[in-house]
Amino acid sequence: MSLISLDAVVGGYGGVPILNGVDIAIAASDIGVIVGPNGAGKSTTLKAVFGLVKVTAGAIRFEGRDIANARPDALVPMGLGYVPQEKNVFPSLTVQENLEMGAFIRADAYGDTLASVFEMFPPLKEKRRQKAGELSGGQRQMVAMGRALMGKPKLLMLDEPSAGLSPKYVLEIFERIVAINRGGVGILMVEQNARQALAIASRGFVLAGGRNLFTGTGRELLADPEVARSFLGGGPAA
Amino acid sequence: MSEFVFFINNVIVSGLVAGSIYALGAVGVTLIFGILRFAHFAHGDMMTLGAFITLVLSWVLAGMGVSSGLPLAYFVVPLAVAITIVAALGLDRLFYAPLRAKGAKPVTLLIASIGVTMMLQGLIRLLFGTGTYSLFDTVPKVIHRIPVEGSTRDITFTQPQAIGVIVTIIAVVALHLFLKRSRNGKAMRAVADNPDLAQVSGINIRKIVRLTWIIGAGLACLAGTFLALDVTVKPDLAFNILLPIFAAAIVGGVGQVYGAIVAGYLIGFAEVLAVFNWGVLLRPFRDSLPEWVPAQLAIVPTEYKVTVAFVILVVTLLLRPTGIFRGASST
Repeated sequence: MSLISLDAVVGGYGGVPILNGVDIAIAASDIGVIVGPNGAGKSTTLKAVFGLVKVTAGAIRFEGRDIANARPDALVPMGLGYVPQEKNVFPSLTVQENLEMGAFIRADAYGDTLASVFEMFPPLKEKRRQKAGELSGGQRQMVAMGRALMGKPKLLMLDEPSAGLSPKYVLEIFERIVAINRGGVGILMVEQNARQALAIASRGFVLAGGRNLFTGTGRELLADPEVARSFLGGGPAA
Repeated sequence: MSEFVFFINNVIVSGLVAGSIYALGAVGVTLIFGILRFAHFAHGDMMTLGAFITLVLSWVLAGMGVSSGLPLAYFVVPLAVAITIVAALGLDRLFYAPLRAKGAKPVTLLIASIGVTMMLQGLIRLLFGTGTYSLFDTVPKVIHRIPVEGSTRDITFTQPQAIGVIVTIIAVVALHLFLKRSRNGKAMRAVADNPDLAQVSGINIRKIVRLTWIIGAGLACLAGTFLALDVTVKPDLAFNILLPIFAAAIVGGVGQVYGAIVAGYLIGFAEVLAVFNWGVLLRPFRDSLPEWVPAQLAIVPTEYKVTVAFVILVVTLLLRPTGIFRGASST
């Protein structure tokens, strides 16, 4: 069974829909990557899953349960985590407080999760008493991902986690994403660094105009000459 | 030495009292702005409402035959705080929540709160008339005097002034611990920082909004009762100090709790320093001073006291538009 599945999802902010029939299905073991041109509805797809965009047709199921148009704060306890692309930290809260906010919904002790987040992102432990607003872009991204992990999600959705980061950080963030996935968390992410992202993806979705253009494994999409020409720049990777 | 004691009584004591009341009010205004994103114009009247609830409850207690050497108002404050909180939650449910649900702009909510102001003032005048009431009907106000050696005057302050300042300090420390240590307090700061991210972190915004009213209204009731104990209870009790309270919230940096506290005391002291007759301090040297130095040396006459907060507000907005502690913008 899929961890999350979107069937012919139509939706938007009211007015003309931005999503015109998106199909996505990934399992807990998958890293799903959504790529496509600007305005294709990639970020909107994630927002639709998280109840931030109105879904007018189609179905969104998480572990078989219909979650279309659910309130975001009801989805977090079910096991969904979401890292927005921008404004994804609480700037005036310390790093540790940011992480604690990720565990807000948990009634149990979260000391172990905090320790494992610090282990995954060592710079955060060092700067845990510093305000998140004072950190560099890469470290903020770590705080944002760490915050989402504190809720012990089954599915982690990331909106352009590598945006604006130096190549060194891009590589590091991608390595962490693979590690999180190996820990049993399904990943669904939107990426501009399409080639790099598809290289770690088990499922790839190319969106354009709010619907699926190509769907396949990451390898299949990278090898597809048309995908390569239209969306990856240049011919298929060697 | 007498002149120095005069300074303590008129500046230090008065400044602490005014500053405490402004700080308690401004914290509520700044919290409501931080979480609900609108300027709560009816905050002054929420303070007045709290004072009247204290008044009525003390009448009820007196009617039940309770008597004490202390004013009955002291004993009913906790219940008055609770009732003010319920009233604030009711006002939110009736007027502000429906507007928020429709996605109303902050300015719409501001106008709605002006409506609530008029309604509360009208309601209070309808029930109590326009007269003034005292919380010291049955017992005299105790005045503490501390004799100072070499001075013909004593340092004087009233019992409610002392208790009010102490209660303010306790409330501020409690609020600090709540915001820094507790889960809900941190969540409140998170919502003020980034409401969208707070929501996707699983924080229930509606619960945080309720919490904001509870704290804001509770502090407003304390401030209103403090003011009423210091002067009298009247329908325009706290509406008259709305300007210094808003000035404190803005000067402190909107949304910044610590800024509101600091600015509350800053404006309280600035007001009393501005109307203080500095000529008094020169009195011992009267004989050696030239003739043209007047006996009255106040920076502004007492009746223009309200301009002090306004001047501080304008100067702050010119020099440091986000306030002393960098605050949020209105968008």
